[in-house]
Amino acid sequence: MDFEHTEERKLLAEMVRRYIADNYDLNGRHTAAALPEGFSRERWQAFAELGLIGALFPESAGGYGGAGADIAVLFEELGRGLVVEPFLAALLAGTVLAETRSDCPQLAGLIAEETILALAHEEADSRYDLARVTTEAKHNPDGSGWVISGAKSVVLAGDSADWLIVSARISGEVTQEAGIGLFLIPANADGLSIRGYPTVDGMHAAEIALEAVTVDADALLAGEGSGYAMLERAIGAGLLALSAEALGAMDVSADLTVEYFKTRSQFGKTIGSFQALQHRLADVLIEISQTRSSLINAASRFGSDDRQEREWALSAVKVCAGRNGQMVAEEVIQMHGGIGMTWDYAVGHYAKRLVMIDHMLGDADHHLLRVANLSKGGE
Amino acid sequence: MDLNYSEEENAFRAEVRAFMETSVPSDLAAKVRGGKRLSKADHESWHAILSRQGWLAPAWPVEYGGTDWDPVQRYIFEEEYVRAGAPRIVPFAVTMLAPVLIKFGTEEQKQRYLPRILDGSDWWCQGYSEPGSGSDLASLRTRAVRDGDEYIVTGQKTWTTLGHHANMIFCLVRTKQDGKPQEGISFLLIDMATPGIEVRPIITIDGEHEVNEVFFDDVRVPVANRVGEENKGWTYAKYLLGHERTGIAGIAFATQALSNLKSVARRQMKGGRPLIEDPLFASRIAMTEIELDALRTTSMRAIVAARDGNSPGIEASMLKVKGTLIRQEISNLARKALGPMAMPYVTEALDPGSNVEAVGPEGANAVSSQYFNLRKMSIYGGSNEIQRNLIAKSLGL
Ligand SMILES: Cc1cc2nc3c(=O)[nH]c(=O)nc-3n(C[C@H](O)[C@H](O)[C@H](O)COP(=O)(O)OP(=O)(O)OC[C@H]3O[C@@H](n4cnc5c(N)ncnc54)[C@H](O)[C@@H]3O)c2cc1C
Repeated sequence: MDFEHTEERKLLAEMVRRYIADNYDLNGRHTAAALPEGFSRERWQAFAELGLIGALFPESAGGYGGAGADIAVLFEELGRGLVVEPFLAALLAGTVLAETRSDCPQLAGLIAEETILALAHEEADSRYDLARVTTEAKHNPDGSGWVISGAKSVVLAGDSADWLIVSARISGEVTQEAGIGLFLIPANADGLSIRGYPTVDGMHAAEIALEAVTVDADALLAGEGSGYAMLERAIGAGLLALSAEALGAMDVSADLTVEYFKTRSQFGKTIGSFQALQHRLADVLIEISQTRSSLINAASRFGSDDRQEREWALSAVKVCAGRNGQMVAEEVIQMHGGIGMTWDYAVGHYAKRLVMIDHMLGDADHHLLRVANLSKGGE
Repeated sequence: MDLNYSEEENAFRAEVRAFMETSVPSDLAAKVRGGKRLSKADHESWHAILSRQGWLAPAWPVEYGGTDWDPVQRYIFEEEYVRAGAPRIVPFAVTMLAPVLIKFGTEEQKQRYLPRILDGSDWWCQGYSEPGSGSDLASLRTRAVRDGDEYIVTGQKTWTTLGHHANMIFCLVRTKQDGKPQEGISFLLIDMATPGIEVRPIITIDGEHEVNEVFFDDVRVPVANRVGEENKGWTYAKYLLGHERTGIAGIAFATQALSNLKSVARRQMKGGRPLIEDPLFASRIAMTEIELDALRTTSMRAIVAARDGNSPGIEASMLKVKGTLIRQEISNLARKALGPMAMPYVTEALDPGSNVEAVGPEGANAVSSQYFNLRKMSIYGGSNEIQRNLIAKSLGL
């Protein structure tokens, strides 16, 4: 067994860490988050030039990575830097394109940072349930393609995207896996309305309404038989990415706390000398270590063709990231005292990101049940 | 043993409820329930309504404008106003400063300040904490140097809640440099319009302006504004911290928040069914309900002991720790209940007059920011670690 990353991946991680350390302090993040799109195009371009978007996809799709470890290494650094640029949206939508239409200009544009892509899947009442799709796709009566109607919720980067990948039900009951199609739709299509907004952790998302949006036949990326499986692959990449991001954010939160323990004094001693606090920080470190190991498990099973093994590990790491992320968030604020509650200090922003990661692509409760079902062979 | 309220207490509750039903303005209740921002005027108008009824400061002696309610009645009163959707009574003047003035102030101070609290002329804030003195409050360094019949105050206070609304601040200041730190502290009442005072906002993680820094640069304060004796301020401060303990657990607020949580869980759907039918989520709510039910009785035990003249001991620390944990857990579940819809945060929509619409179901917009905001509860009022230290210390280990 070997738990070292390859030289290439170590270099990638170092490069990202250095770039972020030099160019991405908390104020820079706030400035980027306050821009109308919720991120900085300039930074997005710089990230692309460093090759970071290409690292998310395999060579067959024009990238140079795409393995579980590539995604994990990169997103851990993005989590450490609290980066707001739309990497997750790129990964979710790009994964679909990489597997369904690897030579399309949208994917090349994504890797070159010229095109922003978003996956519009979740709906107001779907609550993490992947198969629950009520948005409908019907054959256009004139025979030329599809007419899509419905509404999508909390679409990451949905307000800056040039293209959307929209899940829509072609056939079947509302909760049926079969019958879901994935469609590539330009964000300026007639009948599409997009309302963007910030999220509580300083990111951006959008509510998207589709009113009889017409698209050509070739907009269909994955049809009734394959749409759900494709969705599961994309969301799986997202679970890995979010968990890695959480790990990076947890690490920095703990580091900040250690630092604060050494500098803050009360009662004539550094607060780090109080055993009550030492034990709590020790518990935090134990859970971070558990999350790291769970992430290693998931990253190495990410490429497995055994669906049960792969999905089990992906849901498992999301449980760790969600549950432990909340624990770390709450503990580091508490152990800082009042300063942990302030906007000008970093730890609260890490805490918000950690807690919101649990709300994305399924919370700890959702994935706990999914693990339980997969364990008994039920799913 | 009798867990039930007496007939008189039930009649009292009915009277309070009837008043609240007609007196809490519906737009105010809507703001509180919707998690909207409350303006200074919102607080003031609610205080004025209570004051006209003689109910703004139930715990004060009748001669100063209070009531003759016992602690159980005061608890019932709190439960009823929270239930009616009213905001909490801003505590700094009514429940923190006033008891100190009543016990240790001069007749002149009482005659001057107490009526001004009741009629809303003064808004007080609490100037205890300093950048270097949080849990270790007695180490505070803001200095007051005697100059004739004035003190000259220099230093900094921080975390001053709603200091930007206040025209008056009560402060702990250092009047003696040597000796035990606790024995060199005095308690001053300071008009915030005095030259040399500057208030600067601190923005909290939810993006809101609730707390402040207050700077004092050679601020002249009449010696007549000192409460009690010089260098005895620590005694008064401790009296203040320990005085209003019946409300410390926030039972009434937790009860209301739990009932809101349940209605959210009834409306939110999971797997095509109401979330409240999901065994995992329902059991989390149930656990909190069990804890709250027990803590309500813990709290009543302390309240009844107080009614019978016993001063609360370590129970106050227990109530503070468990009460804040329960309120934090309810806000945690409220956030989880909304799933992905807990993420959107349209701050403009928190302003009652705004025409910007929030995203998601009713109340969703503020649910995560409130969860983060409530992290403060286990930090302030003596952090939960400090409370645990007190509990442990009482064991004489
Ligand atoms: C939102 C908010 C509003 C506030 N409003 C007011 C106000 O209106 N007026 C006012 O005067 N103050 C106010 N405070 C200040 C509050 O009382 C202090 O934050 C609190 O006393 C803790 O002090 P600190 O923040 O300096 O943390 P510190 O004392 O530095 O504590 C840091 C950490 O160390 C822990 N710790 C400290 N000592 C020990 C020990 N001996 N053993 C174990 N652990 C320990 C603490 O529990 C905490 O986890 C407010 C604070 C907040 C966050």
